[in-house]
Amino acid sequence: MAGVLQYTLTGLSAGSLYALVALGIVLIYRSTRVLNFAHGDTATLGTFVAFALVSQGYPFYVAFPVALLVGGVVAILFYFGVMAPAQRQGATLLGQVILTLGLALIFQGVIVYQWGAEPDRFPFPLSETKTWKLGPVFISQLSLGTFGAGLLGSLLLYLLVQKTRLGLAMRATSENLPAAQTLGIPTRRVLGVSWGVASILGVVAGLFLAPALLLDPFFMLDPFLKGFAAAVLGGLNSLPGAVVGGLILGVAESLAGGYLTIQFKNTLAFVIIIAVLLIRPEGLLGHEFKERV
Amino acid sequence: MDLVESYRDDLRFARKPLTWILLGMLVAGLLALPWYAHASWVVRFTVIALYAIGVMGQNILIGYTGQISFGQAGFLAIGAYTFGHLKLLGVPFFLALLGAGLTAGLAGAVVGFPSIRLKGPYLAIATLGFGIAVYQIFANSEILSGGRSGLPVPKLEPAFGLTREVYVYYIYLGLLLAFTIVTYNLVSSYVGRAFVAIRDSDIAAEVMGVNLTRYKLLAFAVSSFYTGVHGGLFAQFLGHLEPQTFNIGESLTLFVAVIVGGLASVEGSILGAAFVILVPTLLSEYRWFVPVLFGLTILLVLIFEPLGLAGRWLKSRLYFQLWPFR
Repeated sequence: MAGVLQYTLTGLSAGSLYALVALGIVLIYRSTRVLNFAHGDTATLGTFVAFALVSQGYPFYVAFPVALLVGGVVAILFYFGVMAPAQRQGATLLGQVILTLGLALIFQGVIVYQWGAEPDRFPFPLSETKTWKLGPVFISQLSLGTFGAGLLGSLLLYLLVQKTRLGLAMRATSENLPAAQTLGIPTRRVLGVSWGVASILGVVAGLFLAPALLLDPFFMLDPFLKGFAAAVLGGLNSLPGAVVGGLILGVAESLAGGYLTIQFKNTLAFVIIIAVLLIRPEGLLGHEFKERV
Repeated sequence: MDLVESYRDDLRFARKPLTWILLGMLVAGLLALPWYAHASWVVRFTVIALYAIGVMGQNILIGYTGQISFGQAGFLAIGAYTFGHLKLLGVPFFLALLGAGLTAGLAGAVVGFPSIRLKGPYLAIATLGFGIAVYQIFANSEILSGGRSGLPVPKLEPAFGLTREVYVYYIYLGLLLAFTIVTYNLVSSYVGRAFVAIRDSDIAAEVMGVNLTRYKLLAFAVSSFYTGVHGGLFAQFLGHLEPQTFNIGESLTLFVAVIVGGLASVEGSILGAAFVILVPTLLSEYRWFVPVLFGLTILLVLIFEPLGLAGRWLKSRLYFQLWPFR
């Protein structure tokens, strides 16, 4: 019994990061119907910026905000520099998805050039070895911090989307773009902000994942795919769904890794996804798209 | 411009005698390559030829049928390992190649099943998951992957007094020509038109009487057959297989080749394959720059020339045909 609790707790901590990645993917998907393949690489870029600053002796409270800022600004620049012109020229959805793939490739090359392909160890203020005993289970400082970050990120996003005027504009834009434009909402600016916020969430996830994994130019690929999986599980157009999907995926994966086999842990995520897609393609909390010919 | 007046005209491979002459010169030039070019170029063209087959397959799926697949590396691995194991059992080259294509095609038809219900990004994820699952199965199963030392593939024995490189080059070139002709015929037949109809609007296609299930599965099966053959040829070329070869990067390279060459274009597929092979060899001193260049090319191509290299070729040809008018 204690084993199950322990695995669930570990899973929740990992799941909260998947949830953050998934939130970023969903935020972009539901406003523009674009699946952002550069999401993981933007997060990697932000994490490497923090790593570079920390290695040069800057304290964490400087390095982390700068990393978030870099991630956000890069995404906003990409939106206004590439996505918006492409949309104005009437690029197809497939074309827009491929554009983000192009951005991902560019980031990969730049990161390998700047920081090399060798894995680095990321110094982090929270330690993985320092643990507390909580009843029958142990929790490390890092996983507690990770869980806190995931929770805080989701909460802040909830407040932004549900309680502010900007959030109202974001919801209106994703609901019905032409109507929002007619009502005088500057939709391009709102979409740009959405891209920025989404990318900041990704960088937060990257920062907390880096100490658990080794920092190399491709370390976000796996979490990013899991984030995708979580987003699909919860429904690609539902923000609460992303959180629920992330947590479920994290726990399921941790339990499967503990009780079944550790080798196919990553494959399991995709097995779940394909099953969900076949049985309920709109996800747990998503709603179905209607299509007109 | 001469108009297409009948269905037979539409199906014709090349319409003018001049086109036939130019095509013949191109093929003759490629056949004579070992006599005037350095041996390294023969090897490069061999790789381009085998890649072009896979890119054509990917193009049938993405460019003609409009179904995204990021799982090509999975089909590639299935093709390559089937070929390798068949070769080790002593099966002759062409039969092993056929086996590789058929196994991958069968896997493609199975993977195609989600495509009946899934669209766009959902399908992309499902196929991506397939690619990663195949990679992990091969990485974790010693019987399939040949263990730590990898799977050796017996080399081809050259015939007709040619060196091995030149012999392999001729076989691969011949296969590329065969696949090009088959692809041209496929896409201009009713099957190809059904694919294009599905790409443009699957609901409308269904209303017009296209059997969605059959043609989507067929597109997946045909495309993965090509990719399986590509995998077999790749295995023969490498002579040694490791699961690491078939990671997600390989799927992306095929994808870049399709986009750069031009969606829904057979000759574009060959140009795209040449692009993704030649660029890394030319930039061998700046390896980090290759993904950047690929990414930038995708951005530039999609914004300024959505039809890719094939579109540029078409436009420059039109320019000279209409000159001095425009």
